[in-house]
Amino acid sequence: MSNTSNGASAYQPPPADVTRAKVSAGLARRYRAEARFRALGLSATLLGILFVIFLFGSVIWRGYSIFGQHQVRLDVFFDPEVIDPSGTHSREALLAADYQALVRAALKSRFTEVEGRRQVRDLTALVSTGAAADVQDAVLADPSLIGQRRSMWVLTSSNVDWLLKGKVARSAPENERRISDEQLGWLDALIKDGRIEQRFNWTFFRHGDSRDPELAGVGGALAGSLLTLFVTLLLSFPVGVAAAIYLEEFARQNRITDLIEVNINNLAAVPSIVFGLLGLSMFIGFFGMPRSAPLVGGVVLTLLTLPTIIIASRAALKAVPPSIREAALGMGASRVQTVAHHVLPLAMPGMLTGAIIGMARALGESAPLLMIGMVAFIVDIPQGLTDPSTVLPVQVFLWSDSPERAFVERTSGAIIVLLLFLILMNATAVVLRNRFEKRW
Amino acid sequence: MNPSLVILLLLALVVVAFQVGKARSIEIVGGARGVRDLHSLPGHYGLLTAMWCGLPALAVFCIWMLAQDAIITHFALSSIPSAVAHLSPAERSLLLNDLHNIVNGRIDPATVAESTRIAAASYQSLRETAHLALAVLIAVIALLGLLYVRRRIRADLRARNSYEQVVEWALFACSGIAVLTTIGIVLSIVFEAVRFFQLIPITDFLFGLHWSPQMAIRADQVGSSGAFGAVPLFTGTLLISAIAMVVAAPIGLLSAIYLAEYADRRARSVIKPLLEVLAGVPTVVYGFFAALTVGPILRSVGETIGLNVASESALAAGLIMGVMIIPFVSSLADDMITAVPQSLRDGAYALGATRSETIKQVVLRAALPGIVGGLLLAVSRAIGETMIVVMAAGLAANLTANPFEAVTTVTVQIVTLLVGDQEFDSPKTLAAFALGLVLFLVTLVLNVIALYVVRKYREQYE
Repeated sequence: MSNTSNGASAYQPPPADVTRAKVSAGLARRYRAEARFRALGLSATLLGILFVIFLFGSVIWRGYSIFGQHQVRLDVFFDPEVIDPSGTHSREALLAADYQALVRAALKSRFTEVEGRRQVRDLTALVSTGAAADVQDAVLADPSLIGQRRSMWVLTSSNVDWLLKGKVARSAPENERRISDEQLGWLDALIKDGRIEQRFNWTFFRHGDSRDPELAGVGGALAGSLLTLFVTLLLSFPVGVAAAIYLEEFARQNRITDLIEVNINNLAAVPSIVFGLLGLSMFIGFFGMPRSAPLVGGVVLTLLTLPTIIIASRAALKAVPPSIREAALGMGASRVQTVAHHVLPLAMPGMLTGAIIGMARALGESAPLLMIGMVAFIVDIPQGLTDPSTVLPVQVFLWSDSPERAFVERTSGAIIVLLLFLILMNATAVVLRNRFEKRW
Repeated sequence: MNPSLVILLLLALVVVAFQVGKARSIEIVGGARGVRDLHSLPGHYGLLTAMWCGLPALAVFCIWMLAQDAIITHFALSSIPSAVAHLSPAERSLLLNDLHNIVNGRIDPATVAESTRIAAASYQSLRETAHLALAVLIAVIALLGLLYVRRRIRADLRARNSYEQVVEWALFACSGIAVLTTIGIVLSIVFEAVRFFQLIPITDFLFGLHWSPQMAIRADQVGSSGAFGAVPLFTGTLLISAIAMVVAAPIGLLSAIYLAEYADRRARSVIKPLLEVLAGVPTVVYGFFAALTVGPILRSVGETIGLNVASESALAAGLIMGVMIIPFVSSLADDMITAVPQSLRDGAYALGATRSETIKQVVLRAALPGIVGGLLLAVSRAIGETMIVVMAAGLAANLTANPFEAVTTVTVQIVTLLVGDQEFDSPKTLAAFALGLVLFLVTLVLNVIALYVVRKYREQYE
């Protein structure tokens, strides 16, 4: 120690006024540097927030209009000659009838001047091809309609919807707006009649995928997402909690425990697509599980979310003070009893929060699901765990690939639905945390 | 008898076993008043009995269900020996496919050959028998377990200890799933990748400069011989990741510094969650945004200043990937900065340093290892990111360092090679697994180094 004190005494500080002059000379420059650095930090932060606003703004701006859809009121005459010439009213006859003809006739009855194949085709192109299906559904639900005249609201075609929503200007050239001047005239006549209205777009939430944009919906993808998440939650929550309990409460500090911990941390950072490769070659190739099924998707997402849930659950267990355990053990409880009766209930809110956040991640995941074939064109809404299905983010991916411009609106709409679900889940997690989290 | 019915039956037996064990333990000590003479609570005897009743039977059930299909198929095929004798493997798998479709009622039996119909009928009747046998077997094993424990129940039987031992083992098994997953990943990828390297030499794959995985379907087809040189994919991946890091590292770091050192608590509590929203947005959304909004903007900006920007440029994908990674970098750096002890800052302030000088010369230097670890994790994220590049980066395997051109990445190629119908033997499909192996190894190395650095750093200030 004498060395340093010698060294210190050997050092002669410059006179105080010299130091002061030196410091104050540089002070202005240093304060400027300080302000610059601070401004840099602030602008980086603001830039980040700007990105958030820009991202959400662009998606909402493109997609908000999906919630409304233009419909047209047709006076449909349920012509017995067309629907059921034999008069048997049998289901086969009703299913086989040409309902498109009824829609055509309804339109023609309004525009009596329309003649010739091309004109009629153009006229019926104003209405969605789904209109015939709507008419059919009405007949099947109530065969007594046959022979009557009813006024029905049916969907307009996507080009008409696109124009009426103002996505393309009326003054745009014909080929860009994809509606001819003649069709525009008919459309204006219909609007004048009060036959066209924008209504809430139930189709978008009820239907599965479709080639016709106006008939495509997220119903099938939503059902697929729910089924997949159901499997994921059912598997990953109990297993994740059990693993966390073992590592936090029972494991001795040894090689095996170390190995498990390193593995969990690594798995949390493995690219999600690698889990897809695992699912493809292991579950589908080796175990022969069905392709495109929510069951396999759920299992793959379980492996993907397990690390997240384990890490969150361990944090929740760590937050329970040791005094609780010591008190229980002191009263003669066994270790399993201590955990099951005292520690677990106290850690449960934190674990549930972790599980919800893991589920939110699973809901937004798409890359591994592409690998296991959940990327098919699926019209029917899946009913069970082995039905072919797709999920919401994959539906976004599929639609975003479509050249049809009306699908841009669908894609953004599907993203809005997806984001709404994610916000809902995260908000639940935050509420849960604020409500039940105990500070010890 | 349906397998799910068998499980229900087993469940019912387990409930019965619990009650039997519990009742037996009370009976043995002469009624409820004697319970204090028992080693464990009556419920523990019930649980122990239930376990002995349920677990062995469940194990048998699982093994049976795994083996059943193969065995029954074998017997069903032996019922039509003449039809299967000379089948090639492909025809055989087609036949099996038909067989399973008929059995599961997915196709009409009338549409297939007579012999397949016979095999299907035999499969069905065999399956009926097998399920019945399974139900009987399960019931017998469950009852045997029940009776065995019931006979052993005494006042001094350590029921709780045995039961808790099993619980502990079960918990251990659950945490072992993480290890099993890793083994599963390694096995499945390595297995397929090795098959790929048997067809294509590993040096061609790692050092080849030309990537065009389209294989000729017919032998006389021209121009699609299939080239598997992965270097363009590696450079493309690196280019996009580098662009992403150029965006994410400064913005993420600076915003972390601002939030940790300058912002007051109120601002922090608002801004931090807002930034973390970026981390919660699904990557398809970023991909859509990059492809539909950013790509065209870059293209038109490029046109006005006379640059030729591809509509699927590396720049668009990289920029948006950077935005995605910002919150990741920011929250990791934030952790590292707040972990630096206040005493270091106080020391710097006492010497007359300004805040920014303290941050630059003391805090950042102290936090450097942790921040480097965080950045490595971010790089590994960028390399493994899939959806953004699939939607925004395109498929052209160009060997270029020009960010305005289109490039493709490892993940994009894995997706394109594996989406859609595929056969497991073609090099095209197997190539995806070879790429997956490279991806897994690279990210694994990055993660291991990063996690090690971060952990060391945390310990240093604890």
